[in-house]
Amino acid sequence: MIPELGHFSLIVALCLAIILGVLPILGAARNNPVFMGVARPVAFGQMLFIGLSLAALAQAFLANDFSVLYVAQHSNSQLPAVYRFSAIWGGHEGSLLLWAFLLSVWTSAVALYSRHLPDEMVARVLGVMGLISVGFLLFMLFTSSPFERLLPAAADGRDLNPLLQDPGLVIHPPMLYMGYVGFSVAYAFAIAALLGGKLDATWARWSRPWTTVAWVFMTLGIALGSGWAYYELGWGGWWFWDPVENASFMPWLLGTALIHSLAVTEKRGAFKSWTVLLAIAAFSLSLLGTFLVRSGVLTSVHSFAADPKRGIFILSFLVVVVGASLLLFAWRAPKVGLGGKFDIVSRESLLLANNVLLSVGSASIFIGTLYPLFMDALGYGKLSVGAPYFEAVFVPLMMPMVFLMGLGPLARWKKMAMPDLVKQVRWAFGSALVMALLLPLVMGRFLTLESSKWSIMIVLGLLMAFWIIASLVVSLKQRWAGDGDLISRLRKPSLSYYGMQLAHLGVAIFIIGVTLVKGYETERDVRMNVGDTVHAGGYEFLFNGVTESEGPNYVAGVGHVRVSQDGKLVAELTPEKRQYNVSGMPLTEASIQTGFFRDLYVSLGEPIPESEGAWAVRVYIKPFIDWIWAGTLFMALGGILAVSDRRYRIHQKAVKKAGQTLPPLPANAQLGEQAS
Amino acid sequence: MMRFILPLVIFLVLSVFLYMGLGRDTREVPSPLVGKPAPAFMLPMLHDAEKKFSPQDMQGQVWLLNVWASWCGACKDEHPLLMQLSRQNIVPIVGLDYKDKIEDGIATLQKAGDPYTFTIADADGKVGFDYGVYGVPETYVIDKQGVIRFKLIGAVTQQNLKEVILPLVKELQAK
Repeated sequence: MIPELGHFSLIVALCLAIILGVLPILGAARNNPVFMGVARPVAFGQMLFIGLSLAALAQAFLANDFSVLYVAQHSNSQLPAVYRFSAIWGGHEGSLLLWAFLLSVWTSAVALYSRHLPDEMVARVLGVMGLISVGFLLFMLFTSSPFERLLPAAADGRDLNPLLQDPGLVIHPPMLYMGYVGFSVAYAFAIAALLGGKLDATWARWSRPWTTVAWVFMTLGIALGSGWAYYELGWGGWWFWDPVENASFMPWLLGTALIHSLAVTEKRGAFKSWTVLLAIAAFSLSLLGTFLVRSGVLTSVHSFAADPKRGIFILSFLVVVVGASLLLFAWRAPKVGLGGKFDIVSRESLLLANNVLLSVGSASIFIGTLYPLFMDALGYGKLSVGAPYFEAVFVPLMMPMVFLMGLGPLARWKKMAMPDLVKQVRWAFGSALVMALLLPLVMGRFLTLESSKWSIMIVLGLLMAFWIIASLVVSLKQRWAGDGDLISRLRKPSLSYYGMQLAHLGVAIFIIGVTLVKGYETERDVRMNVGDTVHAGGYEFLFNGVTESEGPNYVAGVGHVRVSQDGKLVAELTPEKRQYNVSGMPLTEASIQTGFFRDLYVSLGEPIPESEGAWAVRVYIKPFIDWIWAGTLFMALGGILAVSDRRYRIHQKAVKKAGQTLPPLPANAQLGEQAS
Repeated sequence: MMRFILPLVIFLVLSVFLYMGLGRDTREVPSPLVGKPAPAFMLPMLHDAEKKFSPQDMQGQVWLLNVWASWCGACKDEHPLLMQLSRQNIVPIVGLDYKDKIEDGIATLQKAGDPYTFTIADADGKVGFDYGVYGVPETYVIDKQGVIRFKLIGAVTQQNLKEVILPLVKELQAK
């Protein structure tokens, strides 16, 4: 009964989404306040009903209702309760429901926090989001309902894929989807602006905080996924350039470009049509990612069961959404004038270069990901593109990008003398260069490695990171300069300025992590008898054999490894090799001791046949690897800081008072990130 | 005006490709080679380039040809299953290290375990081309007479192993 209620709620939600997609947009076109007024209540109603549907599915999982096909395919009575809950998004149908639910959450959030916006704008934005929702709900109801019954009911379920039985996977999909779906807000604002024909700076100002929040979720979502791959796949890698990883990375890159170009559009009125195009492209790539994962056109670690019918549906949806948006763009954008003029050396042009590099980077990943598909469709045979391509193309593109990142915050809008800029940063660049050249020489001793290593890649990586940090210091010193006590000077720059610098610092930390782990990691793959020791990176690993242990739904061989350094015990690691009862799937669970400077990583390979308890054991020392995720955390925190800036709150009140028009902004509040 | 239409044009071209991609099931494409003798070749072994391998060496037994590479993500996914299969000693698996550096291939097997009876190195991908390798990983079932009976594109999973590959292997072995 409850699953049928869930299904029914979805139908009600679809009806509401149709109303939301039609009436408010019509109302905005005809200036009909009643139609426009429908938007908000309907948006809340939609969230309520999709939420009910999600609750119904959750109930089916928690109560082990194996008469529901989806539950029988993705759960099992032995499965711990928390994984029975997260199994909701363990498969195609349920994750789609999560997508639709999060979309309705974003829609309601816009409805709630848009009191200060003109009514037509709100009506159009919510209407566009409603139309997207219609597409997803239709998709679910016609091709992939999670509420299909299985009669007679299965005695027990087939179990959730063991790879997904992990705390990281409980939150990774919701986070990532929040990001994917969040870009629909920026998209909806852009479309609303195109529909209304008013492509001025205001739409950019309104959609900025939304875009940043979506970007923060996406950043965290990707980082969680990468962390999961690191400890769950047992290979010690953190990024595999898998099609599905790429599918999330492309919109992230464009989202990053969008955040920067929105800043220019808001503050200088420039890049208007480009920003709109970016907003459309970022969300289109989110949709394309959905298509790639679910249609089976590409094989990947993450693929869901492929079904051509679903592929056709998503593709048609993609064509309608993106095609219509680009058509609207082609029609409306030519009427948009160019914004403020700027010189070759100015913050605008630096940000333009940033946008170009990020977009080209995204395009290079796009080509690499879809190349096998193109070649095959053209009948040129079969190819695969792997990490070597991506590293060779993407990394060199990001180097100039990072260099500009140091200059951007220092440059002035509109016009700046080149010598001035050079003068500001020459010390920063010089000290970064010296540090980058010297640090690798002492790094060996610092990390207790067997040997010091000095390579051009390490120096380049460190140079980029130190350059960001050094130019950041220069910028901070400029902002803090002046009279007054320390506190008042610290409070001079705006929160959004601090947010930007924190995010940039995150990039530096990230680069340090990537550079050092690539340059200095130690990997030992050895056969170990009980009682054997292996030396790696100044540590001693003693293998005490493998014992059997039983988990809730698996049996595991648990290895016991004592790690010591100079005779002192550092860690006792217990890597596991699990065999899941129901699916019979083996799983490697690495055991990791994380540290500020290095991770100790041990995972079990295979038992050695015809031996007395010997195993193939992988022992890794991963210096600075956690800095990779720390960096992404800083980026996300920077985003949060930027959206909590006062000006977003002040304006809400100010605008309300002034009626529907935006007041001119005071010169320095407006340019939170402008050089003084 | 033209430059504003350009994004739309690019997108429409892309959609056509995506549509063409849809028609094909990337996992079990009926290869023109299924039912035909496995193309002959002579390739060096991965671990010892002096020794050569040819499909003829496997004449008289049913065997699997598994195409993999050190740079391939999905191969890491199917690897534990291949290890399990090789321990069960049901069917010999021959690994074809496709478009890979020899040392990377060796390092990967050392690291993760070696499920292969033989591993051969197809460094420039020529043999892979003859076999119509579509994407790595791929797995072929070849019978006693050296005829390709089945081709799987994409990773071996518990399911396709249990439902398709192993039953087919048993059937062919019984012949």
